[in-house]
Amino acid sequence: MADAILEVFRGNQEVGGAKQYTVPITPGMVVLDALHYIQAHLEPDLAVRWNCKAGKCGSCSAEVNGKPRLTCKTRMDALPTDKPITVYPMKSFPVIKDLVTDVSWNYRVNRKIPPFTPKPGTDWKMYQEDMDRVQEFRKCIECFLCQNVCHVVRDHHKKEEFGGPRFFVRVASLEMHPLDNVSRAKLLKDELGIGYCNITKCCTEVCPEEIKITDNAIIPLKERVVDEFYDPIMKLVRKIRGAPKAG
Amino acid sequence: MTNQTKYETHEHDVLIIGAGGAGLRAAIEALAAGARVAVVSKSLLGKAHTVMAEGGIAAAMANVDKADSWKTHFRDTMRGGKLVNNWRMAQLHAQESPERVRELEQWGALFDRTSDGDILQRAFGGHTFKRLCHVGDRTGLEMIRTLQDRGVQLGIDVFMECTVIRLLTDGNRVVGAFGYWREQGRFVVLKAKAVVMATGGIGKAWPVTSNSWECTGDGMALAYEAGADLLDMEFVQFHPTGMVWPPGVQGLLVTEAVRGEGGILRNKLGERFMEKYDPKRMELSTRDLVARSIYTEVKEGRGSEHGGAFLDISHKPPEYVKQKLPSMYHQFKELADVDITKGPMEVGPTCHYMMGGIRVDAETTAASLPGLFAAGESAAGLHGANRLGGNSLSDLVVFGRRAGLEASAFAAKSPAGGIDSGQIAEAEHDMLAPFERGDGENPYTVHRDLQNVMQNLVGIFRTEEDLTTALAELEKLKQRATRLRVEGSRLFNPGWHLARDLKCMLIVSEAVARSALARKESRGAHSRIDCPNPDEQWGKQNNVISREGDRMKLRQIPVKEMPDELRELVADDK
Ligand SMILES: Cc1cc2nc3c(=O)[nH]c(=O)nc-3n(C[C@H](O)[C@H](O)[C@H](O)COP(=O)(O)OP(=O)(O)OC[C@H]3O[C@@H](n4cnc5c(N)ncnc54)[C@H](O)[C@@H]3O)c2cc1C
Ligand code: SF4
Ligand code: SF4
Ligand code: FES
Repeated sequence: MADAILEVFRGNQEVGGAKQYTVPITPGMVVLDALHYIQAHLEPDLAVRWNCKAGKCGSCSAEVNGKPRLTCKTRMDALPTDKPITVYPMKSFPVIKDLVTDVSWNYRVNRKIPPFTPKPGTDWKMYQEDMDRVQEFRKCIECFLCQNVCHVVRDHHKKEEFGGPRFFVRVASLEMHPLDNVSRAKLLKDELGIGYCNITKCCTEVCPEEIKITDNAIIPLKERVVDEFYDPIMKLVRKIRGAPKAG
Repeated sequence: MTNQTKYETHEHDVLIIGAGGAGLRAAIEALAAGARVAVVSKSLLGKAHTVMAEGGIAAAMANVDKADSWKTHFRDTMRGGKLVNNWRMAQLHAQESPERVRELEQWGALFDRTSDGDILQRAFGGHTFKRLCHVGDRTGLEMIRTLQDRGVQLGIDVFMECTVIRLLTDGNRVVGAFGYWREQGRFVVLKAKAVVMATGGIGKAWPVTSNSWECTGDGMALAYEAGADLLDMEFVQFHPTGMVWPPGVQGLLVTEAVRGEGGILRNKLGERFMEKYDPKRMELSTRDLVARSIYTEVKEGRGSEHGGAFLDISHKPPEYVKQKLPSMYHQFKELADVDITKGPMEVGPTCHYMMGGIRVDAETTAASLPGLFAAGESAAGLHGANRLGGNSLSDLVVFGRRAGLEASAFAAKSPAGGIDSGQIAEAEHDMLAPFERGDGENPYTVHRDLQNVMQNLVGIFRTEEDLTTALAELEKLKQRATRLRVEGSRLFNPGWHLARDLKCMLIVSEAVARSALARKESRGAHSRIDCPNPDEQWGKQNNVISREGDRMKLRQIPVKEMPDELRELVADDK
């Protein structure tokens, strides 16, 4: 079969640049296979993160031809071969080496979120229809592609005051858990800066788990923040109507 | 004693090596007991192999089949393991797993539900009743996220992307570990009063495997090097259904839940061949049997185009398939251009799980060296000669918890041990040597050759001749592994990392081959063409591997005898 040319970023935060490699294409090959080929045959010190090779662990994120992707789920035969396939590290995170970036910010944000706190005296009965929407959020594999693509992080570097779409998804999974009993509205407003999000939906577009981040997580959370802090009447109405808890 | 200033040093009561289900569960328990705890892992937090588990966690909750109880779970586990399991582990596991599952729920896990609002359970191979609690086909993700969040909340100290390369001993007591940060290649000393091994499996010694790069048997190899016993190393599980096509995804797991949900296996003639091999249980027979059946069909010329069998779930409604097996649906659609709601998948055996591992005490998870504990896939005993699906995730939480508890208790009553700088210097020297060689082999080449030896000579079907050849080949590979050369710097250098992982794989591979050669019978996952039947004497013995100087020593110990009331439970006539 034909060869492909890969143009891969080599280097770190200070120095580095693209380097080209020729890789033979095999049927069904994905970009991560091509990177492994480079490691095994051309440059064993090419740094790449991966674990499952099945789109389940969210380790292998990179920007392929400029698009944030899981490299283990990006088929070579879906990419044009008339020009080199570019593989760059996620732009929003500092490069450690080659395709490996420093994603520790995400772990720091996560620590700010109060854990699942059940209602006292709960009997642990839950019904599938009440869980479906939460299970959508629980599918997140923490690939951080949404964090990478969000302009609040990528262009405006608001890492200190903004939590990012991944963590709105996580907060939504807790807030909408049928048995959870605390409000994270203040956290969303003050510490995770949900107000910075202007619903561009770029995060939803890149999510490999097809979580409707904006529609199903962020917008309902924004409503909760509004209810809680700016519209106490609405909060009351929602409560009476038995809508998802807002406080 | 030691030149402490030279290395970054951390000191904890309990050091847990591994951040999969077993390691995280151990950490939570040790933290709750008031210990200072550190967890080390080769990958980022939340990416350990456990994240890939699909089908579910086995626990006799009796939510769906009311007749289920720990006794039936115990019986299934013992019989699945062909009675060479540690019965006490199997008993504790069956008794405690329902409580461990409820606990996960209380920490925020959301399992699929029955219409009564309880945790839903599905059928799986070898389980008499519907027993696997699950979340679609992403149970492992739910579990690891739940444990991770719980650990973070309790204030767990996680050393991510840090690889341990040696256990440190004071006399024969384990007193810490020596490792390096993958990012910068800097060394680090981790002192601890007790150490828990939770490093997972060994699949990467085979080319066709469902396991991730992390599964290189490090925990077993490091424990062995420090002087601990390894048990049951011949029992390697080949999962019957891995993907066979395209080449890049060969070995990737097709969850047993496909069969649990009604998937049917056929050969290229359209025959439902399990009728021949296990007419009673059919597709839901134990893994060893289904794997051998597929292998035999292919070998006898009735395989699919790419050397597998056909697994079909397309007789179920498409919406049902997508809801119950979403990640399988996507996996095949995106990676193999196959729509599993419309047509069959091509599947074949893949190296999946290690039943053998570090020998531990059932109640305490203590290894044979003081200060060392082990849980999860890196420990041995629970599964005997063959593991039932779903029994690993429950193993992780049952024995992870026990390990955390016992390690923290051990730490509380033990003084800090002394660190021997000689051990550190030796490990550092060995680790850096591949950079200093002017020429030498590429670790990737040696790894590939090791995988071929294991696939061809120490696979599903074994013979004395093949195993003897394998041991000779492994000897050569060990020599080659002492002459590796690594290019580049110490910064995040996968070639360098592999050079070290390779040594661990060579140790466990040798242990597998030696134990397999000794066991002259077929039992569970261990199938000898030259000794095709189970042997009564071997049914009463477990193989134990230990280090004697530079040599690997093999000995047999008697299988622990069950008390009468349990023996009755596993008797044949039920
Ligand atoms: C695809 C797939 C599906 C599965 N599905 C199921 C299922 O449905 N039900 C079931 O019961 N079982 C299932 N299993 C089996 C089960 O997932 C594993 O056996 C289990 O997750 C192992 O967990 P563990 O905690 O022992 O180790 P792992 O999850 O493998 O974690 C090992 C940890 O140790 C760390 N580590 C290893 N070596 C070192 C070192 N030298 N230094 C520092 N850290 C180290 C790793 O980084 C990692 O954090 C499945 C397995 C696979 C591959
Ligand atoms: S919708 Fe909001 S969170 Fe998502 S990318 Fe746009 S600004 Fe960021
Ligand atoms: S929400 Fe989607 S894109 Fe964001 S981290 Fe999770 S899986 Fe990745
Ligand atoms: S390697 Fe796990 S998602 Fe790509």
